[in-house]
Amino acid sequence: MPNYRRVEIITGAFVLLGIAAAFWLALQVGQVGGFGNHGYRLVAEFDDAGGVRPGADVMMAGVVIGRVEEVRLKDNEKALVVMRINDGVKIATDAFASIRTKGIIGDRYVRITQGMEEEYLADGDEIEETESALNLEDLISKYIFTSSGKKE
Amino acid sequence: MTAILGRIGRMALGIVARAGDLLLLAMQSLALGLRPPWRLRPFMEQLYAVGVGSLVVIAVTGAFTGMVLALQGYYTLAKFGSESLLGAGVALSIIRELGPVLGAFMLIGRAGSAITAEIGVMRVTEQIDALAMMAVNPKARVVLPRLVATTLALPVLVAIFDAVGILAGYVVGVDLLGVNPGAFWAEIQAKTTGEDLNEGWIKALVFGFLIGAICTWMGWRAKPTTEGVAAATTHAVVLASLAVLIADYIMTSFFL
Amino acid sequence: MPRLCLRVMLRAENLSKRFGDLVAVRPMDLAIPAGGVTCIMGGSGSGKTTLLRMLAGLLAPTTGRIWFDGHEITALSERELFRLRRRMGMVFQYSALLNSLNVYENVAFPLKEHTDLPESVIAKVVAMKLEQVGLRGTEHLMPSELSGGMMKRVAFARALVTDPDVVFFDEPTSGLDPISAGVITTLIHEISEHTGMTAIVVTHDVHAGLAIADHVLIMWQGEVIARGTPDEIRASRDPRVRQFIEGRPDGPIPFSRSRTPYWEDLISRTGAPR
Repeated sequence: MPNYRRVEIITGAFVLLGIAAAFWLALQVGQVGGFGNHGYRLVAEFDDAGGVRPGADVMMAGVVIGRVEEVRLKDNEKALVVMRINDGVKIATDAFASIRTKGIIGDRYVRITQGMEEEYLADGDEIEETESALNLEDLISKYIFTSSGKKE
Repeated sequence: MTAILGRIGRMALGIVARAGDLLLLAMQSLALGLRPPWRLRPFMEQLYAVGVGSLVVIAVTGAFTGMVLALQGYYTLAKFGSESLLGAGVALSIIRELGPVLGAFMLIGRAGSAITAEIGVMRVTEQIDALAMMAVNPKARVVLPRLVATTLALPVLVAIFDAVGILAGYVVGVDLLGVNPGAFWAEIQAKTTGEDLNEGWIKALVFGFLIGAICTWMGWRAKPTTEGVAAATTHAVVLASLAVLIADYIMTSFFL
Repeated sequence: MPRLCLRVMLRAENLSKRFGDLVAVRPMDLAIPAGGVTCIMGGSGSGKTTLLRMLAGLLAPTTGRIWFDGHEITALSERELFRLRRRMGMVFQYSALLNSLNVYENVAFPLKEHTDLPESVIAKVVAMKLEQVGLRGTEHLMPSELSGGMMKRVAFARALVTDPDVVFFDEPTSGLDPISAGVITTLIHEISEHTGMTAIVVTHDVHAGLAIADHVLIMWQGEVIARGTPDEIRASRDPRVRQFIEGRPDGPIPFSRSRTPYWEDLISRTGAPR
């Protein structure tokens, strides 16, 4: 073993290297969770959540702006999806939420389409306009009865 | 029949007694650490021997783990056309599971066996008794620093393992297999959370303590002969590896 | 020379030790006076090292109690025992130097652990102790670079560095050349005489033992079969004592440990012993 002074220095460098690695990992990993909760919460009701899970992405214009925090049944009928949206992302009160699939068999995610209003949603608000997950039957009916495809 | 039951009973009691003895040694040593005199030097020296000594082997293991995961993951994911998920697959496997477990195995092989052998030899050559006769408690001086060193060194080593592994996975996935670099990092961001990281740290901390407790105890209780120390070293590696796997299963089932 | 002893340093009552079925030390009472050299002598396997380890508190006795200068060490907590050990020193049979430290650090170790002396003072004390054992100048050597005899002398210096009240010696001369053995035995004698240190020496070296001891115990099969001054031992009529101090192969203490007649093994044994 080298002399004690060197042991101290090398051990210190070793621990610093570990801390640097840990920091780098924390930066690479998703920004939500872990170190306190950032962002604000929005809720949305869907007729069919289509199996979206906590942790799924919330996207706007193809950019991840948050994450699904909780999915639960409301009034034994509808699906309530709680989302955490990153700070700094403004969503108009008339924005529109839909549940989509990445690719054909990819993950489900919540897509939010920006609205026209000048007022923005705050913590705990609800996105009123939603579109449920597409399933095959919906797809077919949409194709056939083009006029009334949209459910609330 | 009763004879068989009796044997099983004796075996079970034996295991419980040993486990108790193991925990007792670790706890007594930790309790001694709460009292003065405090000396930093033995801890530094052990952290150096255990941590710095295992750094290279852990980094190399991490690199190859990341590379293999990237290759295998790509092969599987390409069948579903989801190569973009490669980064997330590599990162999640390493952070939650392979980093702590493989890191623990390498620590056992590199440092744990050395700890058992070292303490066993100190026992054979009466160095443990000599410390006691110099009014230095060998539990505080010999066992405790090694126990603390493995417990603290493993999380540090696992952080390095994780980082090296993910970078190596990136090199193989992006540079060799042509996965989109943006998708690689974006999927890591999207699919891993701070909780995944925390699971890795906590596992590393627990594994480090288990390794320290088992390997110091094996050396402490080694039969004071050359064969005794050799046998204790082998047993320490086997027992510590098993303990890590069992603890890993229990902890994973709690976290999920 | 026998000296007048006022104080008992170590006392044991009904002390015994068994390892499984093997009785290493049979129940005995013991009193070791303060100051002077007490030699515990006996052949190998007579239980003398076991006795020494019990007296030093390294081994828990099966029965009996031990007092060290009035403190009952068989009843002390670990913490109190370690405090009491600051007054003890021990030279082990195979030296037991800490092999990660060099000679200087080994000898300085007890001082660094238990005192706040500045390094310059410690260095002087270490140099003095190493000079006493004739090893000044070897400070930088590691234990692995020393011969067995040199290691033992370093261990001697280490045991004396804190000027303890009692020093235990486990076979201090075994494995030493005659000159080193002579130096060590003379040192034990002189230091005990000059400082009032109590030396408890386990040895099978009859001549050295009888030469330096003030008080002798002779052990045989876990029992003390004779005790007294060296002169009393020399004058003993006990055939076992006579055989031991004269080193004769035949007598009441059998040299051979076999239980079956020799010829039986030679005639009847056809394969390897089982």
